[in-house]
Amino acid sequence: MTPAFDQAAIDDIIAQHQELPGALLPILHEIQHTAGYVPAETVPAIATALSLSRAEVHGVISFYHHFHSVPMGENIVQICRAEACQAVGARELEKHATAKLATALGATSADGKISLEPVYCLGNCACGPSVQIGDEVHARVTPERFDALINELATNKQEAKS
Amino acid sequence: MITVYVPRDTTACALGADAVAKAISTEASQRNIDLQIVRNGSRGLFWLETLVEVATGAGRVAYGPVNASDVAALFDAGFYEGKDGTLSLGLTEDIPYLKNQQRVNFVRAGITDPLSVDDFKAHGGYEGLDRALAMQPQAIVDEVKESGLRGRGGAAFPAGIKWQTVHDTPPQQKYIVCNADEGDSGTFADRLLMEADPLQLIEGMTIAGLAVGATQGYIYLRSEYPKAHTVLKAALANAYAAGYLGENIAGSGKHFDLEVRLGAGAYICGEETSLLESLEGKRGMVRAKPPLPAIVGLFGQPTVINNVLTLASVSGIFEKGAAHYKSLGVGRSTGTLPMQLAGNIKRGGIVELAFGSSLRSLLEDFGGGTLSGKAIKAVQVGGPLGAYLPDAALDISLDYESFAAASAMLGHGGVVVFDESADMLEQARFAMEFCVVESCGKCTPCRIGSTRGVEVIDNIREGKQRDDNLILLEDLCDTMEFGSLCAMGGLTPFPVRSAIKHFPEDFGG
Repeated sequence: MTPAFDQAAIDDIIAQHQELPGALLPILHEIQHTAGYVPAETVPAIATALSLSRAEVHGVISFYHHFHSVPMGENIVQICRAEACQAVGARELEKHATAKLATALGATSADGKISLEPVYCLGNCACGPSVQIGDEVHARVTPERFDALINELATNKQEAKS
Repeated sequence: MITVYVPRDTTACALGADAVAKAISTEASQRNIDLQIVRNGSRGLFWLETLVEVATGAGRVAYGPVNASDVAALFDAGFYEGKDGTLSLGLTEDIPYLKNQQRVNFVRAGITDPLSVDDFKAHGGYEGLDRALAMQPQAIVDEVKESGLRGRGGAAFPAGIKWQTVHDTPPQQKYIVCNADEGDSGTFADRLLMEADPLQLIEGMTIAGLAVGATQGYIYLRSEYPKAHTVLKAALANAYAAGYLGENIAGSGKHFDLEVRLGAGAYICGEETSLLESLEGKRGMVRAKPPLPAIVGLFGQPTVINNVLTLASVSGIFEKGAAHYKSLGVGRSTGTLPMQLAGNIKRGGIVELAFGSSLRSLLEDFGGGTLSGKAIKAVQVGGPLGAYLPDAALDISLDYESFAAASAMLGHGGVVVFDESADMLEQARFAMEFCVVESCGKCTPCRIGSTRGVEVIDNIREGKQRDDNLILLEDLCDTMEFGSLCAMGGLTPFPVRSAIKHFPEDFGG
């Protein structure tokens, strides 16, 4: 089976960053940016370059919520669960979203299109509930607005194809 | 040439600012109107975003909240000449929410182009650094002590004392680290400052470097802030290009390098020792103190670690002098604190005031009450580890000492409002649940205590041995408060206990 990532690109990332003080997080960010996740197959090379054990590298990947060790859906949809958003309906939005997508928080939809993730604060606390799709934050997300955003994802995808 | 300002801020963009900017650009070219759009930071009046401003002879005129669909009507009404019409708010500076603030940290927010060193300098920027460059390191530390500046991250430790400790360590590689891991729900002041006026932070960190003899700084930014990351990187590049960073700062021969590093979604990394571990490329596990980071910090070297607003404040302290800074505030809480109105609030945003005004006036006069129009039930001040205050306690003065006396915490100035539909048992349960998710796992009271806390609260909700379980929960809170290594486990009992104390009816009482 061919790996879902480009080994040469990963090697480049490691080579470019390994001399930085505290290089591990910058390397993991770049790998995830390139491959969409941090494949377990990349751990030995990172460990060797930084003179760490594989267990230490794995321990860092698994500590941080941001790093994914398995491939994610085509789109990552993050719903803010923190207090400021709760005060304006985030709990209801979370229920709506998991039902609408038939996907639990922290899981990927059956068709592989959407990974639904919890997030604790996007810094948009004056205009919640907040949802982040990719790098874009959306404010005042009612259940109706959530459905519209999800539908836009499907539409944009079709437009990109045609 | 007409200049129109459309914010590039996260919240403004979340409300459609990019689409507004695009619509203005398209509409202008169709109508053959020669205008340029500046993507400024936000003024922090988030309920009015997207707030569009036009430069006129009388000052900037504001329109808001603008949606892309409003843009054609704005052009029809001649907004680009500052004319009145729909969504017209008059002169920006006269909007009461802004006019009634005492802006120090946010004095340039939304006014300047965040990336422009020239614009920054035209508004007082780098005057403080020029002054500091002519001073001895000890004199710089003394000025910070004299200002009374205290850490804005939550613990409110005097910044000058921290700096003195690092200054007094023998010459070696020292570091300045900015804690920009603003993870508390209800807080966005750091984000707004970094997106609107990043050079203020860069200037403050440079002065800190001069004070303690550090030649390298890091801004540890949370990964949830991609827009702030983009702005900071561009502002750093511009500061280097203008000669304000690097080996010869402003021609002085002094050296300070600065870079931004991304966190990875761990709330605990807002705790300073955990942040240092993370910067070193490790799991964000809390360190035992002592040794203090000022003596054994990043990579084992002496390190000043301060919050964004603390370091940014240094810019203004050196521009206007410690005495001016100290003249604001009350008692030992000197200067201003940018309060952040969030949650169920009609007019959410940044309200920067000198310490000492009342929480109720902040909520009513600035905030305008709840967004839902229902009565306020509870207000959580100071983030997820802050106490829930009932309506009866809202006349409290906004300063560190008053909050400590009320077993509450002013923290980073976040204010989250809940209306009467809130279930405080659920909020207490969430405090424990959040601790389960975000505990670094190093100490038992935090790691295990929070899991048991969720279970005990579930039992109370189901009415199982309610009275016994309330006693058990109280014991558990004691263990967490006094047995945890850091504030994560140590302060999680604050929201839990305050919810039980002020809202017993939600706990079956």
